[in-house]
Amino acid sequence: MAEHEHRTPILPALFQGGIEPAEHKERSSESPIRALPVPEVVHVPLKQHIGNPAQPAVQVGDKVRKGDVIGKPDGFVSVPVHAPTSGTVTGVDDYPAPHPSGLSAPAVTIEADGADEWTDLDPRPDYQELKPAEIRGRIREAGLVGLGGAGFPTFIKLNPGPDRPVDTVILNGGESEPYLTCDDRLMRERPKEILQGASILAYTVGAKRIVVAIESNKWQAISAMLGASAGWPQIEVVAVENRYPMGAEKQLIVSVTGREVPSGRLPADVGVLNQNVGTAYAAYRAIVFGEPLIERVVTVSGSAIAEPANLEVRFGTPIETIARACGGYHDLGRLILGGPLVGSALHSTEPPMVKESNGLIFQTRAEVSGEAAMPCIRCGACVEACPVSLVPNEMYHLARNKEFDRVQDYDLFDCIECGCCAWVCPSNLPLVHYYRYAKSEIQAKEREKEQADIARRRTEARDARLAREKAEKEAKRRAKKKQAGDGQAGKESADPREEAARKAADKRRRMRGEAAADDASGDASADTADSGAEAPDGDESSQQP
Amino acid sequence: MAQAPAGANSLATPSSPHAHGSGGIGSVMGAVVIGLAPVTLFSVYLFGWPALFLLLVTLAFGLAAEAVMLRIMGRPVRAHLLDGSAVVTCLLLGLSLPASAPWWIAALGAVFAIVVGKQLYGGLGANPFNPAMIARVMLLISFPKELSTWPAIKPLFSGRALSFGEGLQVTFGGDKLPALPPDAASAATPLGHLKTELTLNKTVGEILDQGYSHGQALFGTLSGSAGETSALLILLGGLYLWWRGIIGWRIPASMVAATGFLALAFHVWDPSAFPGLGFHLLNGGLLLGAFFIATDMVTSPTTPRGQLIFGSGCGVLTYVIRTWGGYPEGVSFAVVLMNACVPLIDHYTRPRVFGKERAGGPPLGSEE
Repeated sequence: MAEHEHRTPILPALFQGGIEPAEHKERSSESPIRALPVPEVVHVPLKQHIGNPAQPAVQVGDKVRKGDVIGKPDGFVSVPVHAPTSGTVTGVDDYPAPHPSGLSAPAVTIEADGADEWTDLDPRPDYQELKPAEIRGRIREAGLVGLGGAGFPTFIKLNPGPDRPVDTVILNGGESEPYLTCDDRLMRERPKEILQGASILAYTVGAKRIVVAIESNKWQAISAMLGASAGWPQIEVVAVENRYPMGAEKQLIVSVTGREVPSGRLPADVGVLNQNVGTAYAAYRAIVFGEPLIERVVTVSGSAIAEPANLEVRFGTPIETIARACGGYHDLGRLILGGPLVGSALHSTEPPMVKESNGLIFQTRAEVSGEAAMPCIRCGACVEACPVSLVPNEMYHLARNKEFDRVQDYDLFDCIECGCCAWVCPSNLPLVHYYRYAKSEIQAKEREKEQADIARRRTEARDARLAREKAEKEAKRRAKKKQAGDGQAGKESADPREEAARKAADKRRRMRGEAAADDASGDASADTADSGAEAPDGDESSQQP
Repeated sequence: MAQAPAGANSLATPSSPHAHGSGGIGSVMGAVVIGLAPVTLFSVYLFGWPALFLLLVTLAFGLAAEAVMLRIMGRPVRAHLLDGSAVVTCLLLGLSLPASAPWWIAALGAVFAIVVGKQLYGGLGANPFNPAMIARVMLLISFPKELSTWPAIKPLFSGRALSFGEGLQVTFGGDKLPALPPDAASAATPLGHLKTELTLNKTVGEILDQGYSHGQALFGTLSGSAGETSALLILLGGLYLWWRGIIGWRIPASMVAATGFLALAFHVWDPSAFPGLGFHLLNGGLLLGAFFIATDMVTSPTTPRGQLIFGSGCGVLTYVIRTWGGYPEGVSFAVVLMNACVPLIDHYTRPRVFGKERAGGPPLGSEE
């Protein structure tokens, strides 16, 4: 390791625990970013973000240019998907998704024409003439999502609302996962562009201060960013302690600003916008050049790959193609999409690269021949390692015994699934797996309960309706009988139409009366809802648009 | 270069994380054995062949009991025998007995520790009490004579050393002890000596002047349980475990501090009736207990605050039993009593969760 050139003090981790795993970053950290040639065929998944998948906007046979929208957003939490190169759409069909399930998901297949011709772009280097809302719109249209691995639509994060003023933008250069170096390389090679992007993000949310936080082991990136930030008084570059999971949002925010994001809240609640450096770079390309997000830098590493690299890859490129560009793999035992601590293992090299993929780690068989799990010996290493200060060993026992209520009391849903507990576990227990299992079981139960509630309300409503109808029929029958009696008494009605109108009015009156009786017998809440009907009505109409 | 066929669903897809940083239970237990090595070797040197025979008997019976129980319970015998936990239990039990104890004491204790203390509760990780200590307590209550007859120091390679045959006689010879004058065969421990003499209305100063020095207690040339004699070697092993990250500082520090604080306070109040800090820290099983027994992972709290409470409790109870109890030494009772409190301690000392006010409380900054 060369000498640390930067003079910035290292901010310590202000969260409990954390781990210091073997970094393995040296395999790829000295490989400059290299663009992977456009593959002949790309399979672009329509879901590359958190939220609803995009809906296909093209048909087989359509000609597309690079940057054309091929998937339209569906609903609010969704972003469009763009053609990563120019060519012909040859399929809008299911294709193996980059997901541990190995299942397929809708994707658009494009045969490249080799021209790689851009669609009409609308560059705005003068972004400060745009309103924040316009920038958010452009960021959404460009399909931007968080490139740190979560894939949350960026435009939503850029709109915290008027009651949550954001004063600080943190650029997350933590990259604390082993192996990954894509953010490191991006910061070393394109620092000015990243800072431009950060300025655009800060302008959009109205923040005055930008802090670039980089783990202290990436001193070249720190130097590069420090150099690039000269002359930008609102930008600070800080080094943070090299401790996993420093790259996790809330853990980084507390270490940089001292502000602890409350449980269940968002960074905006403490006045912070946290964005990955890659996202800032993408924002810069999206606004200043008008380019939608069609590629990213990904770290290809692991001991099973011949030539580790940092590649700029178009989304939809099959992993197999990427592997071949890196000299191929041998003795492959596990393929990880993302970092080894939170990434997901894939069945095969067939699925394509997507927006969230920051790493492709090829591990050999020898590396994955896991030891068998042993019983928990209560050593407490997990308690010490948990960056959220949970008690992982208790959560494990409760999840294992399906005590889902109690495991929630142990703050299960505060778990960020960072993997520290399982990493330190001497019994080699798949702890995170148990937490995921408990979370999904609890969520399934809640959904089930919701469904049951809906069904119960429906049944109750139906029973009430049937009872009402029966009572009505009875009343009608009685009325008829009475009328018949009246008729027999010789009181002939004059006009049949007048008769009908009277009957109808009677019926309406009866129904109103019965409805009122229903309300009175119903619970108090129904009553209050009824009496206050007018005000909520107005509310509802205002919510409609 | 062998490429997997594209699209073959050939790779395993376990849940993350895909990296692991621990050497496993075997390496944890291995480190404990290394930490115990200095006191073990020293005890064999100090007490000669009987100490070695006693340890071997403990290990043989303990491991055999473990194997039989694992088989009965349908657990993988090899994997669990090799995890080293039974070896540590047997070693701790052996080191906490008088080196001159008969073989059946060791055998009974080892079988009790493994079968009742550990496997009947569900095996590794499931036992509430430290198996070695629960066995020692059982032996102490059931066989007080055998458990409080302490051998005189007879270092190997010295003139006083017992021969191999005499050693066999001590361990396996039943009641027929070798024909030696009683004074040469047995000796009192400093704690036991003090307790007896205090009942004769002597002051602490008078008693300790009769041939006790802190130096002897530090280097371990006074009698006691096989493994508790040398404070220095225990400290060495304990620091090794701490350096390896096997034990935290909280339990040993709080246990020693609690006993030390009480010793100091009472000594200042009445020096003639209460021995001082050094005497309590260097004698008996306090250090062995603090570094190797109370720190047993399975039976101690996992929360940082809980470990401080647990350690302090062990320290206070040790002092109370030593000073006012019927036994001269109380470490094993103290640890076992505190073991029983561990679930409660763990429950009430959960750390403050990130982003929340306190365990189970509302999130930070919420107005409610």
